Amino acid sequence: MGINTFKYLLIFVVSVLLQVLIFNNLLIERIIAPFIYILFIVLLPFDTPRSLLLFLALTLGVTVDLFTNTPGVHTSASILIGFVRPGIMGILTTRETLDSITAPRVKNMGFQWFATYVTFLVVIHHLFLFFIEAFTFDDFLITLLRVVLSSVLSIVLIVLSQFLIFRN
Amino acid sequence: MKNLFKLIYRYHVVFLFLVLETLSLSMVVTYNNYQQATFFDSSNFLSGTIFEKFSAYLQVFEIKQVNLKMAEENGVLRSALHEMLLKSNRGKYNSVDSIYLPRIAKDSSLKAAYRFSTARVINNSVNQQHNFITLNKGRHDGIKPDMGVIANGQVVGLVTNVSENFSTVISLLNSKWKISAKIKRNDYFGSLSWDGKDYRRVQLNEMPYHVPVQNGDTVVTTGYSSSFPEGLIIGTISDFSIGSGSNFYKIEVMLAADFKHLVIVGLVENKQMNEIKQLESLNK
Repeated sequence: MGINTFKYLLIFVVSVLLQVLIFNNLLIERIIAPFIYILFIVLLPFDTPRSLLLFLALTLGVTVDLFTNTPGVHTSASILIGFVRPGIMGILTTRETLDSITAPRVKNMGFQWFATYVTFLVVIHHLFLFFIEAFTFDDFLITLLRVVLSSVLSIVLIVLSQFLIFRN
Repeated sequence: MKNLFKLIYRYHVVFLFLVLETLSLSMVVTYNNYQQATFFDSSNFLSGTIFEKFSAYLQVFEIKQVNLKMAEENGVLRSALHEMLLKSNRGKYNSVDSIYLPRIAKDSSLKAAYRFSTARVINNSVNQQHNFITLNKGRHDGIKPDMGVIANGQVVGLVTNVSENFSTVISLLNSKWKISAKIKRNDYFGSLSWDGKDYRRVQLNEMPYHVPVQNGDTVVTTGYSSSFPEGLIIGTISDFSIGSGSNFYKIEVMLAADFKHLVIVGLVENKQMNEIKQLESLNK
């Protein structure tokens, strides 16, 4: 328990710092901006209680909001994926697999499963986030384009992180 | 009653989700006005310290560029000072010497209403809809809300929140902020804001048809907001068109300041701000 808590605390800190110090300064072609901090929620163990998941998502969102001066924006998007994560895992996996494996990782679940799982979470998160941030449905197509392109980059970065850091 | 509790227990995760989501969304709505953003703010101790430490490392890579810019600005300022000294001393003295400076400062017509200072940018973004900048100076260094922020004499933003050691600045690249601006050539003014699309362009609105507008016209501050002196450069007009069914031009302004590379910024304090605000509040 102790080691596990410490491990996830580390993942939390690294995810937030990567986001606010590096990826928040990245802007490609004026519209692509990746949000990779949800890596923390992606990597949490399968048996994380649903209510705990919501509180962890809340903490994550509030922390990112504190760094980006966007009260509530990242918090609400983060809570949303904390809420839908168990459902997505239910769709992608059988009960038995979830019982026998501890946490979603490429080496546990395979590349294809992991990529699909990340894609679901990232697209839901980005869709919600970009529209909440814009706070309007004007320029719907431009916002949608930002969602799609930024999602692609976020997905690539999150999946890639499985091969570089956070292998466990 | 018992059944209600059972229901709540059974769906407690859904209820918890709805409560938390409602709270965070109400926060988005409540703080949608930048002036109220007081709690959630990167001027807090944690984010401020982390940003400051990290930017100190990054600064090493940009120092050469910063030095060049500073030298350039120094040159411009020096020649402006020289010109001013020449003007104010015309007829009195033949030579220009720094000894005469105190004499000029005493002259009430030359007494500056604005005080300038500098700060280092420790966090900055251009990729959000609502961009903010964090500076490494706060209340302790005399920074106050509503001070104007400039870089090389070009408008960058406005101080919104100040903590003991840090302050946050609402960037011109923030769709919640509007500033009045005018075309330098003919003094017609409109309201300048950002549509959130391109970090190099802002939009000048409320400019009626009869105003002669040209590509390349310089857009400057009006001085109406009392945070900025009149005539600070904002950018140049890069494109304009007549909006359909509207009485105003759609004007695109290419920003003069490079928001992606802000390292050192200047802060402008209007010493008469309180007096002006007090006077204006009488009309409300």
